[in-house]
Amino acid sequence: MTTPIISVRNLHKWYSGVHALKGVSLDVMPGEALGLVGDNGAGKSTLINILSGLHRQDEGEILVEGEKADIRNPKDSMRLGIETIYQYNSMVPIMSISRNMFIGREPLKWSIGGIGWLDERKMRQDSVAAIADVDLHLRSPDALVGELSGGQRQGVAIARAMHFRSKVMILDEPTNHLSVKETAKVIGFVKGLKAQGVTSIFISHNMHHVFACCDRIVAMALGQVVLDKKVNETSIEEVSEML
Amino acid sequence: MRRLFKLALQKPELAGVLLMVVLVIFFQIRSDYVFLSTNNIRGILGLLPETALVAVGVTLLMICGEFDLSVGSVFALMPMTMAVLVVAGVPFWLAILIALAMCAAIGFINGWITITFDIPSFITTLGMMFMARSMTVVVSGGFPPRIRPGEVPSWVFVGFIDEGGLIRASVIWFVVIAVLIGLILSRTNFGNWVRATGGFMPAAQAMGIPTAKVKIACFMICSVLAGFAGMIQSLRLNSFLPSIGEGMELQAVAAAVIGGTSLAGGIGSILGGLIGATLIRVIDNGMVMSQVDSNWFKFAVGALTIFAVIGNSWLRKRGRAMKVETEK
Repeated sequence: MTTPIISVRNLHKWYSGVHALKGVSLDVMPGEALGLVGDNGAGKSTLINILSGLHRQDEGEILVEGEKADIRNPKDSMRLGIETIYQYNSMVPIMSISRNMFIGREPLKWSIGGIGWLDERKMRQDSVAAIADVDLHLRSPDALVGELSGGQRQGVAIARAMHFRSKVMILDEPTNHLSVKETAKVIGFVKGLKAQGVTSIFISHNMHHVFACCDRIVAMALGQVVLDKKVNETSIEEVSEML
Repeated sequence: MRRLFKLALQKPELAGVLLMVVLVIFFQIRSDYVFLSTNNIRGILGLLPETALVAVGVTLLMICGEFDLSVGSVFALMPMTMAVLVVAGVPFWLAILIALAMCAAIGFINGWITITFDIPSFITTLGMMFMARSMTVVVSGGFPPRIRPGEVPSWVFVGFIDEGGLIRASVIWFVVIAVLIGLILSRTNFGNWVRATGGFMPAAQAMGIPTAKVKIACFMICSVLAGFAGMIQSLRLNSFLPSIGEGMELQAVAAAVIGGTSLAGGIGSILGGLIGATLIRVIDNGMVMSQVDSNWFKFAVGALTIFAVIGNSWLRKRGRAMKVETEK
């Protein structure tokens, strides 16, 4: 049996008295596209925030490729190859595409104690290449992210994650506030990930989006996993009933 | 071409530059052509580094998304501390180092309190403004310290460097520091973090940027620059008074805003802050030269601030509205 790329064991999390995660266990297999669904407050975001290093679990453990992982902050998570694309957009709108691509991971020509001179040429070239890799065609890496459409922004975020060769991509409600056409585009990006061997966890409360691009559906309700089935063994009706 | 024009319109410094050109021409004519004379430029250049250094620090901090209202008080506290130390027998350079370290500590406290207790920096630094001002009077013991001319090598900071007596060393210090901070902001990874932190903090945090450290560093740079500027002024006048720099905090904010820095953070440039500071000096001096009642100075700065912000947002909107395809 293959080792799960991410394995979550008996995770608990309390937020000021609210028991947000009640012993969640979940295995994510390499190369899989996992759809995580659930109503607001079901614990999806809590689980994701723990995996991406924004919060820490109160109990339970996380294994990445079979090894115990201690994720203290977003950097730790990225180092383990986990990249998260958030629903509120993980981009700074007033900054250019090439600057956004490398926030926190800027290529430097030289540095002293971690602070140094940006290699802007490399930043531009690499962003153009990375964006082309996800089949997004933007005229200039100097355009401000704030001038892009919602779908284009998600595309740039995915291009960034691909560029840093993440093994697991977590997409937190990437289709929120997008038009129908752009949603199709984002779902296309997610399908593209599978082709490139990247594991993805796609979070949404829109069943149709999840069923359109995932292999396996995990449903959460009230802080627990209530359903875990292959996409062809279940239906939108069954999942909806569980929530 | 159209694209370049669009980019130019969206430059936040544009309104400031345009206003400067207009005002310089206006004052030159109104002052019977003495505004741009050597003597007058000397006057402007003497004062400019002091205001502009404070504006540089405040601009950097505002881009990072925070405020500092304590710069005016730090402007007075630093030279006072230094002078008291020198009078007490501490060597000049050591006294400067100690006083600057104190400024850094004040900046650290401003930032640390703001972040740890999650309160607006407006409040933290308003408190610090009163506290630092009070400390200035306390350390002087009510009697301003006296340093005899020539007792300390103040020429390093304020001596004229050319034979005609046009440019003081302070101009060099100011240019070097401003260029340095400008490059740090625009060309280093730290600058990228500053802009990301001020531009959209949740994204910066999610990308693993140590936003608290970045902010505290900006608070510290801002305080140190304010203190350094105060020292230059005190050495130039060779008098150490507890009242200098009053009202400077808001002038610095005005300079930053005139130069296109956004109050919301993220947007702005050091060059913009410099342009804003220069504009304020040009108005101050130009009004005197053209014999306008100088009580109108604050009115003019206020009107200019509002005007520049409106002008900027209008220009930016026009720039954004210009159609340039983002997709091939």
